[in-house]
Amino acid sequence: MTTLLNVKDLRAYYGQVQALHGLSFSLSEGSLTTLLGANGAGKTTTLRAICNMVRSTGGIEFDGKPLNNRSTESIVRFGIAHVPQGRGTFTTMTVEENLQLGAITRKDSAGIVSDIERMYAHFPVLKQRHTQQAGTLSGGEQQMLAVARALMLRPRLMLLDEPSFGLAPLVVRDLFGILGKINREDKVSILVVEQNAQLALELADQAYVIETGRIVMSGNAKDIANNEEIRKSYLGY
Amino acid sequence: MELFTNQVLAGIATGAIYACMALAVVMIYQAIDHLNFAQGEMAMFSTFISWQLMQWGIPYWAAFVITLALSFVGGIAIERILFKPLAKAPVLTNVAGFIALFAIINSSAGLIWDFTIKQYPTPFGSSPFLGSQLISTHQAGMIGVTVLLLLGLYFFFQYTKIGLAMRAAASVPESARLVGINTSWMIALGWGMASAIGAIAGMLIAPVVFLEPNMMGGVLIYGFAAAVLGGLTSPFGAVVGGFLVGVFENLAGTYIPGVGNELKLPIALALIISVLVVKPAGLFGRHIVKRV
Repeated sequence: MTTLLNVKDLRAYYGQVQALHGLSFSLSEGSLTTLLGANGAGKTTTLRAICNMVRSTGGIEFDGKPLNNRSTESIVRFGIAHVPQGRGTFTTMTVEENLQLGAITRKDSAGIVSDIERMYAHFPVLKQRHTQQAGTLSGGEQQMLAVARALMLRPRLMLLDEPSFGLAPLVVRDLFGILGKINREDKVSILVVEQNAQLALELADQAYVIETGRIVMSGNAKDIANNEEIRKSYLGY
Repeated sequence: MELFTNQVLAGIATGAIYACMALAVVMIYQAIDHLNFAQGEMAMFSTFISWQLMQWGIPYWAAFVITLALSFVGGIAIERILFKPLAKAPVLTNVAGFIALFAIINSSAGLIWDFTIKQYPTPFGSSPFLGSQLISTHQAGMIGVTVLLLLGLYFFFQYTKIGLAMRAAASVPESARLVGINTSWMIALGWGMASAIGAIAGMLIAPVVFLEPNMMGGVLIYGFAAAVLGGLTSPFGAVVGGFLVGVFENLAGTYIPGVGNELKLPIALALIISVLVVKPAGLFGRHIVKRV
């Protein structure tokens, strides 16, 4: 399989504080990869560094093209959709406007209209509420909206930051089911950051474990899930 | 009764101008979270440009359109040169920037066109409107142009892609960047539009207050009062606030003994203070509905 995203020796800084200490990993086209780790390990920072939302050094290549020093908004145009922590909902705008915003860089109006219908088919609850202010949706619905908004880009790679955060277990199952389906059927590669390691490992095919800004473990998701030692020392279950 | 109707209509006419100024202030406030103290001076400078164009023999409406275009570009230039570098600076630095801009524009206008008061033409004439003594054709024109402008802006923000992008950039900048919106240029665009809206207000009010470098001082204070009254987070509120302040100002001047023309301006300031005390978010200030 071809490598879609290749991160080499990534170091990221918040002011004087270094958050990532030379982190390297790669993601193959079509895969669903998860980054695991405790609070503060650097998972969110890794995603933010890919989209140039935090100062970083090192190499980030997408489909063979370097992403470093490009603005966040131009990185989106490579087909990278980032669902940030806290979902990034445009709360004062309607559900439908949120979806239109996801496709704002696209020029094909007809395709956008049909994609909005496709999203409503994926997430029927969004159709019921399409004229409603997005801020009035429940947490789970907002997460669905955030995923749908990201898909409106027709991305090649979707970055998801803690999609399970604050959601009821049943809603999380539902959401992860949809993510798996998007990955298989729409051929969208996914990089998901999670604290809920158990669930993420069930879903993913590839996994990396981060600790204090470094990759400490990588491999097939099944293998990592079956390795009791790793589970106990890094994943806490 | 005729006096009352007359005062209300006149209030709506000047209120239209306050609404434009308030809208310009709110647009920039939404984009960068600062009040543009120099909004009035920018409008005044635009008005002088249109006057100069007419002095050179260009007809009114051509000068009007050219001035709008120049003001739009000028607004963008001010943002790029002065306020983009200040984006991450503390509030007071920005305030200093606005005051500097105020002083620079004001004295440049004085230097170029001197401080003598000039007549400014109206394209609508000042005869009674439709034969009625209640309102003049110029006042009707002020209302008409403002209504057209507001409808145009509503359409732009509600139904165009770039309007949607501008709203998104103003409400959640980080998410806007993550869907590929160049938020920095959206701010510049907001400045350009605010500058052009101010230019319209200046050109419409100039026949009434006459053209001189300090012509917009009072108008801007009313504009601020309108924006605060309607709510600084609500363009709709700013417009409603503008009309309310215009009508209120006229009625107070007519009916409250001792107020007259001289004390109208303090009324606007008193209004700002009372609104801030009683309802800080303004009449239509956004209270975001949120579920956690």
